[in-house]
Amino acid sequence: MDLFEYQAHELFARHGVPVLPAEVADDPARARAAARRLGGAAVVKAQVKTGGRGKAGGVRLATTMDEAEAHAAAILGMRIKGHQVRRVMLAEPADIDAEFYVSYLLDRTHRTFLAMASAEGGMDIEEVAATRPEALARVPIDAEEGVTEAKAREIAAAGGLPEAAVPALVALWRVFVAEDALLVEVNPLVRTTSGRIVALDGKVTLDDNAGILHPDHAGYQDPQAGDPLEAAARAKGLNYVKLDGRVGVIGNGAGLVMSTLDVVARCGAAPANFLDIGGGASADVMADGLGIVLGDPDVRAVFVNVFGGITACDAVAQGIVRALRTLDPAVVTKPIVVRLDGNNAQEGRAILAAAAHPLVTQLDTMDGAARRAAELAATGPQLAASGQGGH
Amino acid sequence: MAIFLDGGSRILVQGMTGTEGMKHTRRMLAAGSAVVGGVNPRKAGTRVSFDSREVPVFGSVADGMAATGADTSVVFVPPRFVKDAVDEAVDAGIGLVVVITEGVPVHDTVAFRARAEAAGTRLIGPNCPGLISPGRSNAGIIPADITEPGRIGLVSKSGTLTYQLMYELRDIGFSTAVGIGGDPVIGTTHIDALAAFEADPDTELVVMIGEIGGDAEERAAAYITEHVTKPVVGYVAGFTAPEGRTMGHAGAIVSGSSGTAQAKKEALEAAGVAVGRTPSETARLVRERLGAPVQGTA
Repeated sequence: MDLFEYQAHELFARHGVPVLPAEVADDPARARAAARRLGGAAVVKAQVKTGGRGKAGGVRLATTMDEAEAHAAAILGMRIKGHQVRRVMLAEPADIDAEFYVSYLLDRTHRTFLAMASAEGGMDIEEVAATRPEALARVPIDAEEGVTEAKAREIAAAGGLPEAAVPALVALWRVFVAEDALLVEVNPLVRTTSGRIVALDGKVTLDDNAGILHPDHAGYQDPQAGDPLEAAARAKGLNYVKLDGRVGVIGNGAGLVMSTLDVVARCGAAPANFLDIGGGASADVMADGLGIVLGDPDVRAVFVNVFGGITACDAVAQGIVRALRTLDPAVVTKPIVVRLDGNNAQEGRAILAAAAHPLVTQLDTMDGAARRAAELAATGPQLAASGQGGH
Repeated sequence: MAIFLDGGSRILVQGMTGTEGMKHTRRMLAAGSAVVGGVNPRKAGTRVSFDSREVPVFGSVADGMAATGADTSVVFVPPRFVKDAVDEAVDAGIGLVVVITEGVPVHDTVAFRARAEAAGTRLIGPNCPGLISPGRSNAGIIPADITEPGRIGLVSKSGTLTYQLMYELRDIGFSTAVGIGGDPVIGTTHIDALAAFEADPDTELVVMIGEIGGDAEERAAAYITEHVTKPVVGYVAGFTAPEGRTMGHAGAIVSGSSGTAQAKKEALEAAGVAVGRTPSETARLVRERLGAPVQGTA
């Protein structure tokens, strides 16, 4: 989970990374009040989980409360790279002498952690890495030892950061470890004209798997983010990602579902979603999944692709039959192509054949079923109710 | 022969007395695996009955190893307890730890993986289906009855794609199929399995299944170029995955331009690997390479 800047700011403060006083506001009046508490002047910053907000006009300096209110009014509601601005952060302005970059992240390739540091702060760091890789120091971190003061000195020296940044680097490591982050990034880390080191902007990605260790992380979820169907699927514990095509896809196992999307795309149709009902899916999970996918107005045909390993195909078939019986008839209008194979496939196919639902078509192969689903999505649901075919 | 697991492997199950542990211990025993004990400090000294077989429960991995000569552990404990479970098995000096549990915090995995490596323990997973050497032993949750023993080796990030390919190629059969898991940090890699299959006289061809995220497939491709003489057939899932979205597996995410399926496919093809466009086409490529009869597609 990626955090907003104000959430990263909160975690930085909690673990002793030096930050300037700041507040978050979701309307201009609250922004004005925040500016008053900050002493009148404030930098008003759009809270969006994307880069480039400065160029888009999402960061403005206010010297008075009136200006802060006006800037907040202008920034709230903006769309920056497709992200709508719902909150602004107001922070005390800083007199910047120099800007630096520092981050800690998971290094998948070496299966450990990595520090990156640069004296070219405030820039798009991916551009720095691409154009002048020598300007971005990469220092591997031993997970057991972590970032000690000595390690922080090594990182600072490698990246051209001042010695005074060392305590901030140690504190930032505390954020990384204590919060089970996959990324903590400060860009820029600044030295002010008075010589203070301050994290002026921050980015944090938390490990979703570590939510079990951090009940408070649930509070960082953005209820307004994402698609309403994704929220509905999440509420049912389903692993669902909304995509922008017309073929709804349900399968078991992440790899098989990704593969199913690819095969559907090769048949000339775009998948409408990723939905993994899991390796040991029950009839209930199947029924929930079908409810979500049929409820997607973009979906014109559904492809259920199950290989029974742990999952038994007869349970999947029962889930389909039950869902078609119990779902709102208004959504049970789209053709459903089913391919069942593996564990109890014969029994599963027999259950669907016996139910003989007019919207359900069974096919033997994944490739053939994907082709049929793509055709049905192209022709539209009205023409498609051709019953049990393909067997 | 097979890799990592054979008929002589003696298996402890950490978390055997939980729901998943019970279910899959029963299946492992039914597949002929030598499950010699479970580990649960609160139930030490008891025995659990699986159909006609009684399996003793030990208070620790070390106790279980001392009493049974176990050399392999399969871990089913809940995610927050996985680190302690693996550390315990590694510290007891076990040879192979297979972590089935999904949802393990990455910081935990980074720590116990490094510890396993330092101790010389092979780690498979986490978030994996385990491995099977058909007809010999099954350590994990791969269904044993969908394939036969044979001459194909398989290594995969994905469980169900493994099952799909095992089933489609069941008439040829498998020496060992290893599910290495879909997390961003895992123990045994594609490269480790390729090296072992290359050295295994029972394996004639290797199927390698990858998916988006990280650069493991690209590095495996470089390894194949240098070190693998046996034919390799590949498959990569996730061409249609949008950037920045996690597709089911915690590690299955395209970040910026890195970790794309296209880059992985190209790297594998440049290494001489035949890459199938669908699982069924991948199975066909295996048949061609082995001169095996083409079946009605499964």
